[in-house]
Amino acid sequence: MTYEVVVGVEVHAQLRTKSKMFCGCSTSFGAPPNSQTCPVCLGLPGSLPVINRAAVEMAVRAGLALNCRINVPNRFARKNYFYPDLPKGYQISQYESPICERGTVEISVRGVKKSIRIRRAHLEEDAGKNIHETGSSGSAVDFNRAGTPLLEIVTEPDMRSADEVVAYLKNLRDILMYLDVCDGNMEQGSFRCEPNLSLRPMGREEFGTKVELKNINSFKYVKDAIEYEIKRQTKVLNEGGRVRQETRLWNIDRGETAVMRSKEEAHDYRYFPDPDLVPLQLEKNWIEGIRATLPELPMARAARFVSDYGLPDYDAGVLTASKGLADYFERCVSVFNQPKTVSNWVMGELSRELNLSGIDAAESPVPPERLVELLRLVEKGTISLKAARELFPDLYKSGKTAEQLVQEKGLIQVSDEGAIEKMIDKVLADHPAQVAQFKGGKQQVLGFLMGQVMKASGGKANPGKVNELLRKKLAE
Amino acid sequence: MALHKLTLFELQRKFAAGEVSAAEIVHAYGLRIGQVEPKVRAFVNQTKDQAMAQAVELDRRLKQWRKTEPLMGMPIAIKDNICTEGVPTTCSSRMLQHFVPPYDATVIAKLRKQEYLLIGKTNLDEFAMGSSTEHSAFGPSRNPWNLQCVPGGSSGGSAAAVAADECVAAVGSDTGGSIRQPAAFCGVVGLKPTYGRVSRYGLVAFASSLDQIGPITKDVRDAALLLGAIAGHDPMDSTSADVPVPDYTKALAKKHLRKLRVGVPREFFTEGLDPEVEQAVTAAVGELKNLGGEIKDIELPRTDAAVAVYYVLATAEASSNLARFDGVKFGLRTKETKDLLDLYMKTRQEGFGPEVKRRIMLGTYVLSAGYYDAYYGKAQAVRTLVRQDFETAFKEVDVIVTPATPTPAFKLGEKSEDPLQMYLSDVFTISVNLAGIPAIALPCGFSRTGLPIGMQVIGRAFEEETILRVAHAYEQAAQWHLKKPPIR
Repeated sequence: MTYEVVVGVEVHAQLRTKSKMFCGCSTSFGAPPNSQTCPVCLGLPGSLPVINRAAVEMAVRAGLALNCRINVPNRFARKNYFYPDLPKGYQISQYESPICERGTVEISVRGVKKSIRIRRAHLEEDAGKNIHETGSSGSAVDFNRAGTPLLEIVTEPDMRSADEVVAYLKNLRDILMYLDVCDGNMEQGSFRCEPNLSLRPMGREEFGTKVELKNINSFKYVKDAIEYEIKRQTKVLNEGGRVRQETRLWNIDRGETAVMRSKEEAHDYRYFPDPDLVPLQLEKNWIEGIRATLPELPMARAARFVSDYGLPDYDAGVLTASKGLADYFERCVSVFNQPKTVSNWVMGELSRELNLSGIDAAESPVPPERLVELLRLVEKGTISLKAARELFPDLYKSGKTAEQLVQEKGLIQVSDEGAIEKMIDKVLADHPAQVAQFKGGKQQVLGFLMGQVMKASGGKANPGKVNELLRKKLAE
Repeated sequence: MALHKLTLFELQRKFAAGEVSAAEIVHAYGLRIGQVEPKVRAFVNQTKDQAMAQAVELDRRLKQWRKTEPLMGMPIAIKDNICTEGVPTTCSSRMLQHFVPPYDATVIAKLRKQEYLLIGKTNLDEFAMGSSTEHSAFGPSRNPWNLQCVPGGSSGGSAAAVAADECVAAVGSDTGGSIRQPAAFCGVVGLKPTYGRVSRYGLVAFASSLDQIGPITKDVRDAALLLGAIAGHDPMDSTSADVPVPDYTKALAKKHLRKLRVGVPREFFTEGLDPEVEQAVTAAVGELKNLGGEIKDIELPRTDAAVAVYYVLATAEASSNLARFDGVKFGLRTKETKDLLDLYMKTRQEGFGPEVKRRIMLGTYVLSAGYYDAYYGKAQAVRTLVRQDFETAFKEVDVIVTPATPTPAFKLGEKSEDPLQMYLSDVFTISVNLAGIPAIALPCGFSRTGLPIGMQVIGRAFEEETILRVAHAYEQAAQWHLKKPPIR
């Protein structure tokens, strides 16, 4: 039997606030264990939480960008369970009234567009981290991360393939990064995703039994884990078995999922409104103020790049996936109106160098103006395209201008007709046999002769000019 | 007159005038504590020595330039569920027996700024769960009026310390009557402020939506003074109210109650009310009338539901608030454990007493899947009705007067085997916490056996001034506060 997979996704996005969700401690990554803690995030007796306004603002920004309704008022609830990395024995989260509800994210898989519904997005605090060092008799806990603000974004079960899930996650991540509310780092856990999926016979309405997947920290693993799980469940069903409701962990090394806990072991979290926090009242004007400052989002921007700049869909997609790259492109185009040329350079040479050094386009050592300078040199014929490409890594590393580098390296192209004619005359004189062949109708010989002229010029002759003059001479 | 018999107001004046030094004050109280503490056992931890060191330093500084703050040099006792930096805060629990907070509660920071003197941390029912201090892991405190009787609870240590003159004033906390009931039992004044009037930051939470810190003092004026010192908005407590703090002592100027409407709810004068208490409170209502008050019968029909609602909501919150005591980060951790679950279970088994366990279980149950709506949800709904009862009543009257407790102090052991009987001793105070409004308990007579009887004056939210005014006018007319317990 053929089955259809039904997937919903939970994402935990770490918000880029300076301080934690309910106290003033820093959220920066990599500090010595427990150095970024205080009575509040350690859950010391008597301490009380205070809501971080910046986190609320980021949640609202994200909610608006995801086309959600912002709930006013909304409130925090306690999710009760015991775990050593959870300082208070409960996590402050939102339950009955999340800050954002009912949104959508558009995706496109192989040209097919689809809208994924967001059920809710709510604020909560992160837990600490248990550390089990080999050779040590016990375990340790680092509470630096405890209390870091998270936005949990939950979809409806709207996805029907691993590709759709990946497309959704990529778009969501792009959006959050565009909004500057999440750094999107999947390896460090700033953007964590937990798909839950079930299979049902093709054409059937009701859902099958749901399995939740955890421990997935890259888009590749999202695809691998879902595809593995589809195969596994298909086999179970085809053999007449039943899929069990459980949480499964993705094992990267083995490329398979394994049971973490079954439904019976699931917690009763005993949610109830947190009496330490009053319901969050948000001013309508304040929300509208945030809406007014939302940047253009990736999908809309890509569409505009296609219609306004005539870029291919592919280019528009690549450029707008990163806000920094898209901004860079537009700054170039604003002073150098050759979109496709700029796009080639931004996606090619620039991206390569940025990726190698792990820098965002916004911080590129070659600002847009410098790149345009280089492109102008090519346009004017001062240097060849090939020379410009070879020059770029130096432009990126040295901090010098294109003009300076061209001078230093003596790359200036020879466009002077007299000089080129002289070289052509010499080449023609040195190769009478080839000249005769050409005149006898063998057009291919032109390439050879061109190569000889270029060689004679040390690669500096303007190839367009050489071609033009060579043809003229041979026609004489 | 012996220093320890003075009120806060009187001692303040003497100290401000330079008639007495801080060291002399601490010395006098030290002597008094030495005399009576073995009998009363109000304290979990005395801090006389630190207080003396501080007092000496204070006196030395004041010799250069005499500038005093209202609470400077005043020996005040603090209930041991309020965090004091560097001084153990045990909640009278084995769980926190050796816990030393690295920070001050906001009320402590406020008192410290005025350079008060911490004379000791007072006993309570473990985690403030109880009405007699018999649930303290370190043994019960005694009622200074009769050492066979309980001082009430949970702030029993604070009330007993004030009654026995072991401190000039004390700070307690009140979740369902924990300031007012012991104040009534010990013949002193106890005020539970409006929810949000005093910061809860640093108060080890029992039931967060009900807990409130307040003063326990020798008379009403002192309550006004101490409340003024600890009240106010705190950015560290999101539930604290941004309402200006008036000078509460100004409210005491009027000696009469003319144009003031006093409501007497008939639901509070029914079976279960001790006849002597009924008599005393009825007489007190008569006195309020003499003072010019207009007495009105009112109804608070949901009074009978209050205890049930309270024991659902308070235990639900407690079950969550006490989850942090898991042996991982602070407090007790049991030795010899097999695994994580074993660590949790044994630590909590050893660390918590039976009453705390009972309430954690009850609270866990009422929040459980499938029971939430029937218990927690319903209790929240009824809580709203209880609050509405008061709102309706306060359209007709300015204050409500009731007995503070159904009986005077009971004997040690008398109710400790019957939790329900114990819970009912808070029947008159609980609904005030549910409504989040202020109330003050003060003495209004004595039983034939010489035990104090207390009455309660309830006011509208943030109208502490009104209840202080009524209490003060009555106190000055009746003069019960001048009677001292026989203990020496």
